[in-house]
Amino acid sequence: MDKSEKIALILSGVMLVVFFIGIMYAAIAQDIDVPTCITDMEPFETDTLFQTGPDTYELQMVARMWAFQPSVVRLPVGSTVDLYVTSQDIMHGFKIERRNVNLMAIPGAINYMRVTFDEPGEYMFACHEFCGAAHHTMAGRFIIEAELDEPEVAEAL
Amino acid sequence: MTTDTFRFTKSIKNLNAVLIIIPMVLLFIGIYGGLMQTMFRAGIIQSDPFVGGDYYKGLTFHGVLNAIVFTTFFAVALGNALVPYSLRKHLNSKIAWTSGILMLVGSVMAAIVILIGEATVLYTFYPPLKAHPLFYIGLTLLVVGSWVAFFNWVPMYLQWRKENEGKKTPMAVVGMFTTFIIWFIATLAVAVEILFMLLPWSLGLVDEVNVMLARTLFWFFGHPLVYFWLLPAYVMYYVFMPKLAGGKLYSDMAGRLVFMLFILFSIPVGTHHQYMDPAIGSQWKLLHGVFTFAVALPSLITAFTLAASLEYAGKKNGGKGLFGWMWKLPYFDKEKWFFAYLILGLIIFIFGGIGGIINASYQMNTVVHNTAWVPGHFHLTVAGPVLLAFLGGSLYLVGQFMHKKIRLKGWALISPYIYTIGLFIMSYGLKFGGLLGMPRRTNTGASYANPDSVLYQPDWIFYIDISVVGGVIMFIGIVVYLVSFFGTVFSKGESTEEGSFVTFPISEAYHDEPATWLRNFKPYIIIAVILIVLSYTPVIIDVLQATYGGSPPYSPNSPVPLR
Ligand code: HEM
Ligand SMILES: [Cu+2]
Ligand SMILES: [Cu+2]
Repeated sequence: MDKSEKIALILSGVMLVVFFIGIMYAAIAQDIDVPTCITDMEPFETDTLFQTGPDTYELQMVARMWAFQPSVVRLPVGSTVDLYVTSQDIMHGFKIERRNVNLMAIPGAINYMRVTFDEPGEYMFACHEFCGAAHHTMAGRFIIEAELDEPEVAEAL
Repeated sequence: MTTDTFRFTKSIKNLNAVLIIIPMVLLFIGIYGGLMQTMFRAGIIQSDPFVGGDYYKGLTFHGVLNAIVFTTFFAVALGNALVPYSLRKHLNSKIAWTSGILMLVGSVMAAIVILIGEATVLYTFYPPLKAHPLFYIGLTLLVVGSWVAFFNWVPMYLQWRKENEGKKTPMAVVGMFTTFIIWFIATLAVAVEILFMLLPWSLGLVDEVNVMLARTLFWFFGHPLVYFWLLPAYVMYYVFMPKLAGGKLYSDMAGRLVFMLFILFSIPVGTHHQYMDPAIGSQWKLLHGVFTFAVALPSLITAFTLAASLEYAGKKNGGKGLFGWMWKLPYFDKEKWFFAYLILGLIIFIFGGIGGIINASYQMNTVVHNTAWVPGHFHLTVAGPVLLAFLGGSLYLVGQFMHKKIRLKGWALISPYIYTIGLFIMSYGLKFGGLLGMPRRTNTGASYANPDSVLYQPDWIFYIDISVVGGVIMFIGIVVYLVSFFGTVFSKGESTEEGSFVTFPISEAYHDEPATWLRNFKPYIIIAVILIVLSYTPVIIDVLQATYGGSPPYSPNSPVPLR
């Protein structure tokens, strides 16, 4: 190996290590992680939303051909949601725009992510895994409102 | 016979020509599908003569024909050319033809069931969407055919090693064997998925299938698949390109090290496609992420080695100064049209590689997973460097095996430039649209891009439209290529005196170290198997423990299961 090759090899290695440190920093210091394996949750077939604390909710969401249940979720600003997603039929995908939530909805498994909505507004979520003929119509939204007494869910857009 | 020509038997020459020409026709159908997709997505068309209104049928044949059928055929043809050529040994033509026929029958079978709408499951065929059994059987035959081709080369190599003790295996052979060793290990998992899970289930012999397990087995195969695409291109970069540029390969050892590193790290990485999946512990996802970073290393070494080889060539061609060599390469030399395909692929791969590292970066994948960013990214890899190297290689091989002079060299030369411009435009549209949240595998024209729909997303429209512009330019690039390709195929052959010999531009090495520790595949295969077992055992255990129930089959047209 000549000198320039050695330098290139070392620089490549250093670059990859720096990137990796960035990943670990985001995971540990900023608590941004990917979904993990959930075993302590009973399988569910219908959707539910309930309040678990002053600003915290648990939402069990079901994806099916070709709608999310619920399709519309209204919550007050500052809500933190423990979001569980599964599928009743085939594979679907679930991504909330402008939030770090991106989950595969797979039959026979439960996926989980926590999300906080600090700003009022509409946050669309679209199905991003091919799920048959009407896949492109499968979407929904979170509506985050500054003044809201009761959280609400709706089954249609 | 001089050292750089070899006389193939007539039968093998015919076989290799068939293995190139038929997939070229299938590729054209696939690429036509790609063009239609961009227009469907923009709402410019609602149906086309081939697939009617079924966007997803078109997307299935686009993915299967381009990314699975065309690529596998070319990899086999390149091996059938370079292994005998470099080892100076003849292929067993019966076995070679058996392999070719299996692959052809399988591909045609799969293509037919896709076109009649019985296998609209996309190229990933995730259950519980069910395809016609012939789709799974067709893919199996294609894969088995490619194995047979590989098994045909193994005894030739072993024999050569015996006869040439202490000699280095030619780089082309190292590269092709690396490609097929990885392919063989990876396809074992998908063979298990198809033969023990999907096929019996689609035939109705088994009622239910574990969807997460099938998906995990698919991705055990799915990531190495991308190296199966990429490595034949690497072979052409290392073996052909330096010579075409008028120079030498900067370092022989670097090339060998790169291939061995691919054997080590190509497979224990598949879970990086499942970062957003349930039922797999995040720590195991991270482990696969670490290995994915490890497999970026050989590509970074390649970037250096190839750039250094080109610098050497450019300086030899009279380039001066730090960057002067860059302008002394045969970019627009009609006689060296092949060089353009390789260098443009490398330039595209700078962006493809950066995109790949972004995707691999664990939680950063949240932003891009399954958005249009992803096809934006992989058109810069498989439909960029891989496609261009394979197109250049196909034209070159066809010329050699049919003993034709390449026709319309100007067209052949300009095609990759046109295509590259279109590709950058289309990928820009897909990638930036994806960052806004535009999903992939989605007929946006019927919802998000339709002003009358409740789902209308005005922010996405610019990106969707610009990808139509890119798609049209890419398509024109391919048509220009095909004019030269079929012009060559259908031209009258030349029977010059070197007529029956085949020649490849094989590069010499500039630094040629003995590198004895890189001469044997065995230790690398053993370590690879250990890494696979270590990285996949916990993943499979998680999947089996955290999933419940099985899934009956579904058709894409109804929410009611088929049984
Ligand atoms: C004119 C050339 C091409 C155009 C315009 C084109 C266009 C597209 C578009 C727009 C998509 C995204 C569709 C979606 O996600 O809804 C796509 C997907 C894809 N393309 Fe291409 N493409 C071209 C050539 C190629 C080539 C040459 C290859 C491979 C060698 C290729 C492989 C793929 C694959 C594997 C997918 C993913 C399919 C899936 O998600 O199931 N494409 N293409
Ligand atoms: Cu969907
Ligand atoms: Cu991958």
